[in-house]
Amino acid sequence: MKPSPFDYLAAPRLEEAKVALAAGTAKLMAGNQSLGPMLNLRLARPAAVVDVSLLPELRAVEEDADWVRLGAAVTHAEIEDREVPDPTPGWLQAVAGNIAHRAVRNRGTLGGSLAHADPAADWCIVMTGLFATAVIEGPEGLRRVALENFLTGPFATALRPGEILRAVEVPRPGDGARWGYWKFARQVGEFAKASAVVLIDPARGRSRCVVGALGRQPLVLHDPDSLVEGRRSPAEALRESLPESPPADLALHVAALSRALTQAKGEAPADARGGRT
Amino acid sequence: MLWRSIVAVKRKGGGVARLDERRPRGWGCGNGPVGNHGMAIEIETKGTAAQSSGKGVGARLTRREDDRYLRGRGRYVGDIRLPGMLEMAFVRSPLAHAWVRGVTKPAEGGELVFAAADLAGVKGIRADSGLPGFRSSIQSILATDKVRHVGEPVAAVLAETRALAEDLAELVEIDLEELPAVHDMLRARDPDAPLLHAHWEENTFLESCVDTHFEDAARDAVVVVKRTYRTARQCMAPIEGRGCVAAWDRQLELLTLHSATQMPHIVRTGLAECLGLDHGQVRVVSPDVGGGFGYKGILLPEEVCAGFLAMKLDRPIRWLEDRREHLTAGANCREHAYEVTGYAAADGELLAVDCTAVVDSGAYSSYPFSACLEAAQVASILPGPYRMRGYRCRTWSVATNKPPILPFRGVARTGVCFAMELTMDALAREIGTTPEAIRLRNLVAPEEMPFVNITNKYFDSGDYPKALRRAVEAIDVAGVRARQETQTGRTRLGVGFAVFCEQGAHGTSVYQGWGIPMVPGFEQATARLTPDGGLELRVGVHSHGQGLETTLAQIAHEEIGVDPAKVKLVHGDTAYTPYSTGTWGSRCIVMAGGAVASACATLGERIRRIAAHLMQADPAEVVLADGAARTGGSEVSVEEVARTWYRKPQLLPEDMDARGLEATEGYKTVKDTGTFSYAAHAVVAEVDLELGDIRLRDYVIVEDAGTMINPMVVDGQVHGGAVQGIGTALFEEMPFDAAGQPLASTLADYHLPVAADIPAIRILHMETPSPLTRFGQKGIGESGAIGPPAAIANAVNDALAPFGVEVCEVPLTPERVLRALAEAQEAAG
Repeated sequence: MKPSPFDYLAAPRLEEAKVALAAGTAKLMAGNQSLGPMLNLRLARPAAVVDVSLLPELRAVEEDADWVRLGAAVTHAEIEDREVPDPTPGWLQAVAGNIAHRAVRNRGTLGGSLAHADPAADWCIVMTGLFATAVIEGPEGLRRVALENFLTGPFATALRPGEILRAVEVPRPGDGARWGYWKFARQVGEFAKASAVVLIDPARGRSRCVVGALGRQPLVLHDPDSLVEGRRSPAEALRESLPESPPADLALHVAALSRALTQAKGEAPADARGGRT
Repeated sequence: MLWRSIVAVKRKGGGVARLDERRPRGWGCGNGPVGNHGMAIEIETKGTAAQSSGKGVGARLTRREDDRYLRGRGRYVGDIRLPGMLEMAFVRSPLAHAWVRGVTKPAEGGELVFAAADLAGVKGIRADSGLPGFRSSIQSILATDKVRHVGEPVAAVLAETRALAEDLAELVEIDLEELPAVHDMLRARDPDAPLLHAHWEENTFLESCVDTHFEDAARDAVVVVKRTYRTARQCMAPIEGRGCVAAWDRQLELLTLHSATQMPHIVRTGLAECLGLDHGQVRVVSPDVGGGFGYKGILLPEEVCAGFLAMKLDRPIRWLEDRREHLTAGANCREHAYEVTGYAAADGELLAVDCTAVVDSGAYSSYPFSACLEAAQVASILPGPYRMRGYRCRTWSVATNKPPILPFRGVARTGVCFAMELTMDALAREIGTTPEAIRLRNLVAPEEMPFVNITNKYFDSGDYPKALRRAVEAIDVAGVRARQETQTGRTRLGVGFAVFCEQGAHGTSVYQGWGIPMVPGFEQATARLTPDGGLELRVGVHSHGQGLETTLAQIAHEEIGVDPAKVKLVHGDTAYTPYSTGTWGSRCIVMAGGAVASACATLGERIRRIAAHLMQADPAEVVLADGAARTGGSEVSVEEVARTWYRKPQLLPEDMDARGLEATEGYKTVKDTGTFSYAAHAVVAEVDLELGDIRLRDYVIVEDAGTMINPMVVDGQVHGGAVQGIGTALFEEMPFDAAGQPLASTLADYHLPVAADIPAIRILHMETPSPLTRFGQKGIGESGAIGPPAAIANAVNDALAPFGVEVCEVPLTPERVLRALAEAQEAAG
């Protein structure tokens, strides 16, 4: 389990990383928590690896009255430890603290997780649920893509050759917004078998229900208010959105959505297992 | 002899000890230092003052080896680097079953690539069972004409580093012609199944059948339940994988293999046979080993290959198994299928059990355990701790296109305990009684001990019903039942039990009967006083987590009063230690412990004679304690005795014992039928009906290891085993697809239990001495791993009983639980 040979470049500035990437044979590395195993298993065999984990542009954090822009190389641990501002009332902190193990969180990054686009990853579903926007640096400059359009499939994103995910812009929820995030991971550190996010944000006039860990990009359910108001059941919503899936395969996802809804509606204390006991 | 007049020591509070008053009948059978009257016996403490020192048998002495383990200062194969060493990697078969049509070496670097044709004179690994009807297989060192499982080594590649070796390995082309694979053990014997070994009539290593009064006993049954059970194929996952460093010494004409192995002497024998060397030309050294569990018991083709290439190239060769090799190419364990029918009378008496069992033995018979040890154990151990009138069991050890199976901690007992204990619960439900009541009705009673069961197992001692009663009380069955009454919502509680015994330290007659090509006999140990009064113990077993560096020193202390801190255990090197089958079968504390006691007793006698001469006293009056020999008011240090013998012999008379202060003794138990430690596991599980998720809310183990040499070490063994058993119950599974491809190739897919999955396990001890062993101790190394799948599945089935659901397959994944719930729902309409 040793990687095949590759060149390694620790890029000092974003420009150098862009130049290195332009050759078309390099792969970006941030926290190396997903790429590392793939390299060791020789499933990824780039000629060069460009380390962007210390790039000042990707470490930058900006904030505004309406949003917080988190650099792509901010680590899960930095969010967990509140070393960067949380645009929500602690929701990001709670999510970050429940990703994998602390050792993974110390190195793994927000942007790396989104760019890797594992269907079961926490940030993919959470950032979709929060109406976040990907800020992308490319040969032609910056462009912005809503998260639900950024994630295009399992392990697939809207990033084009030569582009780098630079930051994630997370809007601040309105006053009185409510939130539910529930994932079912059997063991500490395991990827979720099922996950769901519910955001109810009356001040901003919007709600969102997202289902993750489906083996595809996060599923944004249409008409979330019907779920929030109880006019449509989670099982119905999932059956309508995924008509080709056998109901038995959706059972865990139905449970996840139900529990996220319960949390968001405040009908029961947040289930500690949204996480685990 | 100055041995105590009896062997059993029950030590609570030191001083003179008394045996348990419920001591079984029939003690003193056979020959040996065994008390022979059924009453409380006082221990004769002559010759030792160990009881009051807090360092001898029964002391919770801190493990001396932990200091280096916990500081990361152990020395493992991976820490060994020799000058000029090359690293080895393997080109492994990507297919489960194929003809090998050719191996093409790269133009550049090809001289460091080796295929089967390059291994001139090397024999494949052969492990024939002695049981009649066994079909023999040969595991090639590198594949010759055929590969029979994914991961089988086809070519070996050498380079300065492992990474470079893997680069070179990628350039080797292997030409394979794929054959249909046998992936399902239940289909392996089908007439149209492809044959793994061309000279066989069917894919079966061995078929066996036992029948003891089955028809007669079953005829009277009022209640009959029939179930099928499955246990998944597992990897053993020690923290350290396999690995070896082989080096050839031209001067000594000696091949030294440093190997992460539990049984260096057996590996030496197997390696010498494969390479055509005399034993005198092979030395096997086993350094610190990061967990064995059976996985480090077998001789590997990789080791033979390393040995051959070290000799051929005259350079040290190292191979370190990586986790992917471990998961996808290394030996597996545990894959059993059962169909069990239980027959009972209306009052719950178990009348008979009928079983057919299939063990997926994989492609080859592994040295030294053979492909059939598991099935042999299934047939002989399935009846568990219960009385029954009739029994029938047919087994098949079938061959499939998967890696060989080997005996993992617990061996077949984990599977048979699962099958038997779920059947007991099924009978209880059918009869309308409780799990504890049906067990108490059928467990062998203490007044029946020693008891010969239906498969001729000699249960040496114990109180099985008491273990269960204590477990029932500790887990608060009444409380659980009360909470079940008021359950609503999405979770359900259940309570489950497993009662079993663990045969350990069994010897010649048992293993001869199980046919393995490595039958243990006398276990030997050497005790040697060094010129400065220290004690060296040399044993052929290997300690890798069992704490033998501590417990064997405690035994030496018990015999001759030497401070355990001054005892040096020499183990893990065939050049320094007596031949032994090694560490396996929960045998070390009984066999090596007994041998150390014997050798120390002999040594003690010689120390006393010299000391008596120096003190002008009668040797029979000399007492050894605290590093000194004393009589009356006189005292001489053991150090002085040693100094006199080695360096001042002019002070001794001519008629001193010429064998000096070094003694080797052999040891066997009074009967070689083994010790039977036993346990009752009780667990409370909570099942989430929506998720199929299972949480363990409470776990109690009542355990009887006989006399505990070191209760802390016993606790450690039980805890560690129980965690692995929880892995078997809930998580661990190596699935294969129809083409024979392993589907869990990383630890992201192969789920091991982690700390958060384990409840605070409560261990309650009982201490019924074995009449067969030196101190009354029993083998306990595997026990913890046996009970959890049965107890947890019974708890889950108890929780789901209101829904008519029974889950009969481990691991108990959410998918399996939900499927069972859905099927029950469908059946209910």
